[in-house]
Amino acid sequence: MELSTIQVLLIFIFGTIAGMGSCLDELQTHRPLIACTVTGLILGDMTTGIIIGGTLELMALGWMNIGAAIAPDAALASVVSTILVIAGHQDVATGIGIAMPLAAAGQVLAIFCKTISVVFQHRADHYAEKGSLRGIDFCHYGALILQGLRVGIPAVIVAASVGTGAVQAMLDAIPPVITGGLQVAGGFIVVVGYAMVINMMGAKYLMPFFFLGFVVAAFTTFNLVALGVIGLVLAIVYLQLNPKYAQVAAAPAAAAAPSDADDDLDDELD
Amino acid sequence: MEKKITSNDFFWTFIRSNFLQASWNMERMQALGYCFGMVPILRRLYTGEELKQAIKRHLEFYNTQPFVTAPIIGITAALEEKKANGADIPDGVINGIKVGMMGPLAGVGDPIFWGTLRPITAALGASFALSGSILGPILFFVLFNAVRLWVRWYGIKYGYSKGTDIVQDVAGNKLQKLTEGASILGLFVMGALVNKWTSVNIPVVVSSITNAKGEVVVTTVQSILDQLMPGLVPLLMTFACMALLKRKVNAIWIIFGLFALGIICFALGIMNVK
Repeated sequence: MELSTIQVLLIFIFGTIAGMGSCLDELQTHRPLIACTVTGLILGDMTTGIIIGGTLELMALGWMNIGAAIAPDAALASVVSTILVIAGHQDVATGIGIAMPLAAAGQVLAIFCKTISVVFQHRADHYAEKGSLRGIDFCHYGALILQGLRVGIPAVIVAASVGTGAVQAMLDAIPPVITGGLQVAGGFIVVVGYAMVINMMGAKYLMPFFFLGFVVAAFTTFNLVALGVIGLVLAIVYLQLNPKYAQVAAAPAAAAAPSDADDDLDDELD
Repeated sequence: MEKKITSNDFFWTFIRSNFLQASWNMERMQALGYCFGMVPILRRLYTGEELKQAIKRHLEFYNTQPFVTAPIIGITAALEEKKANGADIPDGVINGIKVGMMGPLAGVGDPIFWGTLRPITAALGASFALSGSILGPILFFVLFNAVRLWVRWYGIKYGYSKGTDIVQDVAGNKLQKLTEGASILGLFVMGALVNKWTSVNIPVVVSSITNAKGEVVVTTVQSILDQLMPGLVPLLMTFACMALLKRKVNAIWIIFGLFALGIICFALGIMNVK
């Protein structure tokens, strides 16, 4: 499918926004759920975009910038893989397979850009000497534009070339054993994301709650909202009963309660 | 005349604080972004030589979870206001508070926002998105950003009104409670996801017998595993990933490894899509 000029332009604009979002990590425009949906909308097939976004989002659940660590780049992976699936006529599993090397490439590009941004930081020192607040703003925006183009430019290159025969032939040349294998791997590859989230919590003594969640999900058909409510209730009860947080004032009241209960029970027995 | 930060200044600081990480760099990380957020406040309070000193003060190394920067901005705004009105607050004190708070607050912000809020809202969104429903992305976007913007806005206000008292709050058990509660919810939902949103099928036939009614009963490895505990293989895979990640193996390499595993197992007929 060849993209129109307007579509290529829109891909460039949204790619740039997603690239900025990936660095800012505020609005979450770089997350697959948002980025794939918008890319799908631009390409005229939003439903497919949403499905890719949902699948990729689960995989990317643990991709987070913590401390000095820079996460695999969800922005580049989401935008480009959605283009390849919708405009390059690939199935979703193949798109997910292609998204992973893209995320790794995006990560390297992000580290590269964040190293270049040191230049803007030093330029800001120079403006501090002059007392120029406008200069500070200028340096900050400069780095932001760099981060946007980091995704915008690769995305527009893919968007412009996806309609050509060469790219299509390359995508169609992927053997069925690879696409089938990607589909199989798609079933369990999400565990990496889950493992990352669990590890970052760093609370080994709370792991019983993880196993409880696993078993409850295994033997019930509860949906995520129900499971979330159960988790929330467990958290509240844990905090209320934990002696670490117990208040001294509550002690006398608690001591009085059992005797009342005894009386009620006695009355009923009589 | 006493210098005072107006609510308009706070509004623009709030807007600017959403761009904290734009110039994140390998040398001083969020330093320039923090200064960028403080611009409306510094412009209100200082001129000339004092302004230069103030800008330099806020270009020092700084890095934390982005949303919890809000209360730190609030406190430094309160301190800068006092300083501009003649209080004797050395530069080192303002920086000391920034540096002293960014560690503990990141320790609270990372598990709450990156470990719980985002995975849970994203998983909720994805559960709708997998069937192609637009509700998925919308739900994720609205829920996550509503909480985020609330924290950013009230964080600044709270930090400003409480000033240095907030340091006690950070040390106290209120935030510890919140972190622990969020971790419980997060881990519970992760456990559910490992079970619900993974699929492994090992169709290797263990036995194929014809029963009394003449029906062929095929027992595969997967059906035995499912009788034992549904989702056992993904659970073991999760533990393997956790162990590898703890050994500092890059997540992308683990993902490639799992792709390779999928392709090899599919080629050999050990695994297929149910």
